[in-house]
Amino acid sequence: MSALRDGPVGEAPSGESPNEPLVATVGLTKHYVRGGQMIPVLVDINLRVPEGDYVALMGPSGSGKSTLLNLIAGIDKPSAGQIRVAGVDIARLSEGDLAAWRAANVGFIFQFYNLIPVLTAFQNIELPLQLTSLSRSERRERVATALELVGLADRATHRPNELSGGQQQRVAIARALITDPTLVVADEPTGDLDRTTGGEILGLLERLNRELGKTIVMVTHDPKAAERARRMVHLEKGVLVD
Amino acid sequence: MFIPLLVLRNAFRHKLRTALTIVGIVVAIVAFGLLRTIVDAWYAGANSSSSVRLVTRSAVSLVFSMPLTYGQKIRQVEGVTGVAWANWFGGIYISERNFFPQFAVSAPGYLDIYPEFVLTPEERKAFLADRSGAIAGRKLADKFGWKIGDQIPLRGTIYPGTWTFNLRGIFDGAEPSTDTSGMYFHFEYLNEAIRRQYPRRADQAGVFIEQLRDPDAAAAVSQAIDTTFRNSLSETLTETEKAFQLGFVAMSEAILAAIQAVSFVVIVIIMAVMANTMAMTARERYAEYATFKALGFGGGFVAALIFAESLGIALLGGLIGVALTFPLANAFASSVGAILTGFRVTEETLALQIGAALMVGVVAAALPAWRASRIRIVEGLRAIG
Repeated sequence: MSALRDGPVGEAPSGESPNEPLVATVGLTKHYVRGGQMIPVLVDINLRVPEGDYVALMGPSGSGKSTLLNLIAGIDKPSAGQIRVAGVDIARLSEGDLAAWRAANVGFIFQFYNLIPVLTAFQNIELPLQLTSLSRSERRERVATALELVGLADRATHRPNELSGGQQQRVAIARALITDPTLVVADEPTGDLDRTTGGEILGLLERLNRELGKTIVMVTHDPKAAERARRMVHLEKGVLVD
Repeated sequence: MFIPLLVLRNAFRHKLRTALTIVGIVVAIVAFGLLRTIVDAWYAGANSSSSVRLVTRSAVSLVFSMPLTYGQKIRQVEGVTGVAWANWFGGIYISERNFFPQFAVSAPGYLDIYPEFVLTPEERKAFLADRSGAIAGRKLADKFGWKIGDQIPLRGTIYPGTWTFNLRGIFDGAEPSTDTSGMYFHFEYLNEAIRRQYPRRADQAGVFIEQLRDPDAAAAVSQAIDTTFRNSLSETLTETEKAFQLGFVAMSEAILAAIQAVSFVVIVIIMAVMANTMAMTARERYAEYATFKALGFGGGFVAALIFAESLGIALLGGLIGVALTFPLANAFASSVGAILTGFRVTEETLALQIGAALMVGVVAAALPAWRASRIRIVEGLRAIG
């Protein structure tokens, strides 16, 4: 069982510093407007995630944990505040720059895997590399390594519907890692899996963090899954709590 | 290779849906092509008419004939280099279903004015030497299996009795658009018989055809000819051959307009069907498009995927449709016989068919592609396909 270290929840980063964390949100706020009424989702979130950390975002449904993850991953825009990832305030990036930033810096793992059904496991993993300048042989080499890493070297030519849920999530993890991203975000990565398979996936994420030093931010409402992270962060009604 | 592979696999993800869409496009493109060809065939006579020929007919109506002596006077009009005359015969070959046009013509003048009717010198000589001789176009001869030397019996409707002609020549068209579905025989052969049986109807011509020295003088020559016969018992109306042919087309202008409208409606219908299919397809894949965008692919890439898929399906349907248009047009032409003599699928029609297919593809993809390119990643990821 991995060690759990509850981090400095709600602690604001103290401006620019030589040891700036990989992810730092400052006064991060998100609200939606429905029927002329403003509905707050996240309120003044100040979160620091050092490089190499593995954070589990926890909280009840509607607490804003997925929204926070989406903002950190650059697939949603905040209403106010800063999101600094590796020194870049991604809230200020244009759509085009943000897409390029995501391609280079973020690996995504989704609850329902989100693989492209018409592509094989190999092609799904290769997908993010299509946006790089790597040659075909370099891409093939990388994909083969990633497939080995997730234990699916013999399933390269299989399409998603020919794989089990656990195997599909392994392909998704390989896809998330293929560009060697700065940050890996996982939204309920075991939410669609049975306990045994979920445990295997969590073990794989743990290995990525410990052996490859990947910084992971994972959303989960499963305390057993959260226990596998280095530390937990709790959200309630859009506010970070101890 | 990645994008073409993705587009190809996406296009055939729902094989039945794609196959039915392609069938719909094929039917629409074939229908569009056939309807366009029907309209073209209607105008074929006018389009293949010569700019150096005028046609003179009775000013009252085409059914009234003119004295044969007009030919001599027309020949004296400045700018006219040749005159021929013709009568519509309207005979029945075996059965009324075997309709084809037959004309009694003033040979050899008529053949000189119509150089696009290509006969061998031997056939021409044989035709001119035989007063009961006739020539037939290649299309007509092929249809009935006629050979040179055959006797062609026609039952007269305007000129009663059974008329037998000796086939002395089979002419080809100098151009693909030349009408080779008609039969021509000697005016004198007809006129002599009429003179014996109905003397008052003899020495009358249905139309005079003039050859011009200068096509730019057509208006002046037409006016000069009509002026010559003004205040006579049979006033004339002279016009270019094209205008003469268009006069027939004008009689069925409303039908032609309807056919043209239907041909475009067919395309609009398949456009709506295909747009619905593409919208449904795109909606099912919103989560995938959102995934692409999350991974760093732009909205333009997503739009390009949809456009490429739509264009690929539409183009495939279009090409199959074009390929099927030829045999179907031939079958249609055979079934309608000589009613539409110039029934030929033109290059313009083929280009319009391909253009229509591409337009269907582009229009069908436009809205889904626009929506998918603008989809918010967070909302797209929540979408259920």
